Amino acid sequence: MRDEQLLEVIERYLNGDMGTDERTAFEQLRKENAEIDGRVIEHQQFTGLLKQYGERMELEKRLNAIHHEIDVHAIEEEVTIRRSWIVKLWRHHHSKISVAASIAIFAVLGTLFFTGYLKNTNSYTELSREMEKQHQSINQLSKRVGDIQTTNTNNRVLPQDKLRGTGFAITSNGLIATAYHLINGNDSVYVQNAAGKSFKAKVLYTEPQNDIAILKIVDTTFQGLGTIPYTFKKSDSEIAEGVYTYGYPQDSGRFGEGRVTSTSGLGNDSVDYEISIPINAGNSGGPLLDNRGNVIGIVKAKETRQEGVHFALKSNYLLNAIKNIPSDSLTKTPVLNTENTMANLTRVQQLKKLKNYVFMVKVY
Amino acid sequence: MSKDLKSTTPTDSEIVFGILNNSENAIKRLYVAYFPMVMQLIINNNGTADDAKDIYQEAVIVLYNKIKKGDFELNSKLKTFIYSVCRRLWLKRLSQMNRYGGDLHDFQDYSPVDDEVEQHEERDIQFDKMKSALGMLGEPCKTIIEDFYINNRSMQEICEEFGYTNADNAKNQKYKCLQRLKKLFFQQK
Repeated sequence: MRDEQLLEVIERYLNGDMGTDERTAFEQLRKENAEIDGRVIEHQQFTGLLKQYGERMELEKRLNAIHHEIDVHAIEEEVTIRRSWIVKLWRHHHSKISVAASIAIFAVLGTLFFTGYLKNTNSYTELSREMEKQHQSINQLSKRVGDIQTTNTNNRVLPQDKLRGTGFAITSNGLIATAYHLINGNDSVYVQNAAGKSFKAKVLYTEPQNDIAILKIVDTTFQGLGTIPYTFKKSDSEIAEGVYTYGYPQDSGRFGEGRVTSTSGLGNDSVDYEISIPINAGNSGGPLLDNRGNVIGIVKAKETRQEGVHFALKSNYLLNAIKNIPSDSLTKTPVLNTENTMANLTRVQQLKKLKNYVFMVKVY
Repeated sequence: MSKDLKSTTPTDSEIVFGILNNSENAIKRLYVAYFPMVMQLIINNNGTADDAKDIYQEAVIVLYNKIKKGDFELNSKLKTFIYSVCRRLWLKRLSQMNRYGGDLHDFQDYSPVDDEVEQHEERDIQFDKMKSALGMLGEPCKTIIEDFYINNRSMQEICEEFGYTNADNAKNQKYKCLQRLKKLFFQQK
């Protein structure tokens, strides 16, 4: 049977145009021949779809005709909810408005933040970035200390020292505490006493993480110091306690006085005190004393970005450092003074005693 | 919020039996009765009058087919059904146009009609394919196919209209046309 003829037969079958006998015969054929059965089903579905498609088109035509009779505009008028222009504006443009508003909020917050209005409510990360900056400014300061010293000493008689700071005696046999950043990387160190006499010293021990260096006077002309008049405080000092320092920002010693403004230093670092003392480059490594003449710390750094903010390492870190000095680099264990002979003296009298134990540290 | 829409609303059973009996008037009354409700929904949710027409007609077709299939249960309200279908269709349309702001201003109760809408959309895809296949078929095939398979005209009439000298030629032509139409239809993705 040709395809064309088969289609005609199928159509006659589907349309019910067959006689009873023919129909029975064809149904028998369908059962036996799966291919013909498949063709019947396929044709039925396809023409069915065509028919439904036609009906759909017809229905749409009818609906359109009905729609045409309706007064659409009147209905539209009737059902539209009249809104004020601001509601319409919001309905149609709310996404754009939202974006604009968020940008505005960010701009305002950003401005407030950068102008410092939000200092107290800074998020943690913002704060830590600020810290980073402060660290940098401190590092820059210690470099600048060097620069200043170099230029200051340009017109001086040789030998010319590279860096200058302050140190103070720990023991009467010539152990001197100072700041590590002064002697960092320099092997030739001299200390000069209040009378202007220089002694050669060697670096005995350093703790770079705490910015501590212990020097020992090794000069043959050194004859030892008298009994150290101050003691070293083991516990932390209180906030607002009156403190002072003596050091060598200039060729001659300078006294400076202030208070403990915080018992923690930069970035809440409990290693340091924050102090308010007028300090200049060259004060680094100097002793920080309380009113009773106890050494409570070592002056170490200055915050350049804020006026009057300085830092001093707490004295118990110094005490630890002294304990940590390897015994093979010492002839005998350092014995710290336990009797404070400055406690009841006036500040003037204290300074008279103190200045003999504070040295200018010169690094070549 | 919703306004009362004044119209002579026919009862649900009138409509259902009317459509089952192919009553032209039933469809018209149905259409007129619920169009304002749908217009209200669309117009007040970022749509236009033309959108309302498209959506509403689709919904009426969905309802019509459901009734014709005998699926429509008289205990569910026609009004709710139409509103639900329109609402579903419009939400889809809005999100396709990226105009959906996350909330729809509703005026009526609605029920889930996802199955109906999905069936309708599948059927629509088939019809679209058929429409474009017929469009590509060209004349006289298109008219022959439409006359015979859709409009139920006899081969005799078609023969006369197209001036075929005998019915076999016409049948042959119709066969070729149908084969081409099938090919065009199934080629489409």
